[in-house]
Amino acid sequence: MKVLVPVKRVVDYNIKPRVAADGSGVETQGVKMSMNPFDEIALEEALRLREKGQADEVVAVTIGPQVAQDVLRTAMAMGADRAILIQTDAEVEPRAVSSLLKAVVEKEQPGLVSMGKQAIDDDMNATGQMLAARLGWPQGTFASRVEIADGRVEVAREVDGGTETVSLSLPAVITADLRLNEPRYASLPNIMKARKKPLETIEAGSLGVDLTPHLKIVSVAEPPERKAGIIVETVEELVQKLKTEAKVI
Amino acid sequence: MTALVLIEVENGRVRQASRSAIAAASHFGDVDVLLLGEAPAEAASRLSGIRRALHAPSLKHALAEQAAALLAGLAGSYSHILSAASSTGKNILPRLAGLLDVQPISDVVAIKDESTFVRPIYAGNALATVQSSDSVKIMTIRSSSFDPVSEDGNEAAIETLETPADDGKSRFVKLEQSQSDRPELEVARVVISGGKGLKDASNFHTLLEPVADRLGAAIGASRAAVDSGFAPNEMQVGQTGKVVAPELYIATGLSGAIQHLAGMKDSRVIVAINIDPEAPIFKVADYGMVGDLFEILPALAKAL
Repeated sequence: MKVLVPVKRVVDYNIKPRVAADGSGVETQGVKMSMNPFDEIALEEALRLREKGQADEVVAVTIGPQVAQDVLRTAMAMGADRAILIQTDAEVEPRAVSSLLKAVVEKEQPGLVSMGKQAIDDDMNATGQMLAARLGWPQGTFASRVEIADGRVEVAREVDGGTETVSLSLPAVITADLRLNEPRYASLPNIMKARKKPLETIEAGSLGVDLTPHLKIVSVAEPPERKAGIIVETVEELVQKLKTEAKVI
Repeated sequence: MTALVLIEVENGRVRQASRSAIAAASHFGDVDVLLLGEAPAEAASRLSGIRRALHAPSLKHALAEQAAALLAGLAGSYSHILSAASSTGKNILPRLAGLLDVQPISDVVAIKDESTFVRPIYAGNALATVQSSDSVKIMTIRSSSFDPVSEDGNEAAIETLETPADDGKSRFVKLEQSQSDRPELEVARVVISGGKGLKDASNFHTLLEPVADRLGAAIGASRAAVDSGFAPNEMQVGQTGKVVAPELYIATGLSGAIQHLAGMKDSRVIVAINIDPEAPIFKVADYGMVGDLFEILPALAKAL
């Protein structure tokens, strides 16, 4: 079975994003970019399935400009066998991404798509579900455990009240939650080897997908700032302030 | 314009997060609600400001595959389809959007007009105003941003729905629920949360519970505390956990990483207790106390 792992290049999670002065978006020029953390987890799970003999090939795919190749090299350094760049300079929303990924799935015929539950830039949490809908495949979202047996995949899902387990027929789409696994680091020799692994580029325009956003960003603003607080010295002072000043207890 | 809200019931009552989603939906005209599973439809029919309660009793476990198919069949009658940004809403609504080729709008915190909405991006570090050109708007609602509707409305008509045929591709296996007598985290008036500084799970009980008991508070946790096994994951507050905005949020033994702040920085009053005076949590705290939480928390419980 082949596992397809969509990955996204995002502003590194350690960086505090800055809103562009003209309110058009968030500054990404000259900012450190890396692979979306949830996608690293999704990739790690795919690699573990291959190591258990349940998958024979792991293919990473990303959508974006030429420079987005760097996350594909990272994916191959972690262990993906090959990679596909769907090249476009357009801003693509989950609706268009899920359509482009559907085209890749139809070409590659994977038995499983393993992806992150959300990207830490747009915080949408939608692409996996939309892809599953477009393919007519079952979905296992917010996965914290994945087990494949007898042509089905059992997925433990992190839900509001606890953990829900579902059983899905393959092929299926799963979206990884933080607790699914601990992603591995790419070693230096593997980073070198990744340079030689095959990376195919496909023009997004050749896939017949309408990339026009249905959701237009009108403006982006800083959230309102909280006013500076005070430091109290004793528990008594804290309780007194909460009672008389803040009036919350 | 008419809106449809997918709602959830817990212990026989409509979840507060769903009632917040109904409040948001009332901006768009008449509101119908859809309830899945065996929960009593009567609980939904008494909600204030709704026109009709639709009930699909055979969809017991709200599996996304069947629920989205059911919603897609109803979508033609509605201009807006909403739910709380709960794990159920986030699972089902984007799948519906995929079936209808619509771009969903996640975690809406404000409604400007029928097609213009505000939502946080980058872990709440920016607020995006977005405009949808889709004919049906599909969105999840951040419950802490809308006051829930009350449960003492007129009795709305209840209509029972047939469920689309199940293709068996997705099967429910089990639900392991975590039990708690405390208020639900997302709706609690007071939240006290612990981080890695609590050092182990037993301290969540011995240090946080006495304070929570005095204040009628829910208990939350940072991701680091959850990852270390100090607390179950449904207690996690943050970008990838729950988003809360209580009257009072007490953060103890957690540094205040941006992913955590995304889940609590809209609280009305924030108190931080931390041994490190440089911890970022002090930048958002209204009241900070620098010191050892193993001494401060018992003293706080006593003083309340």
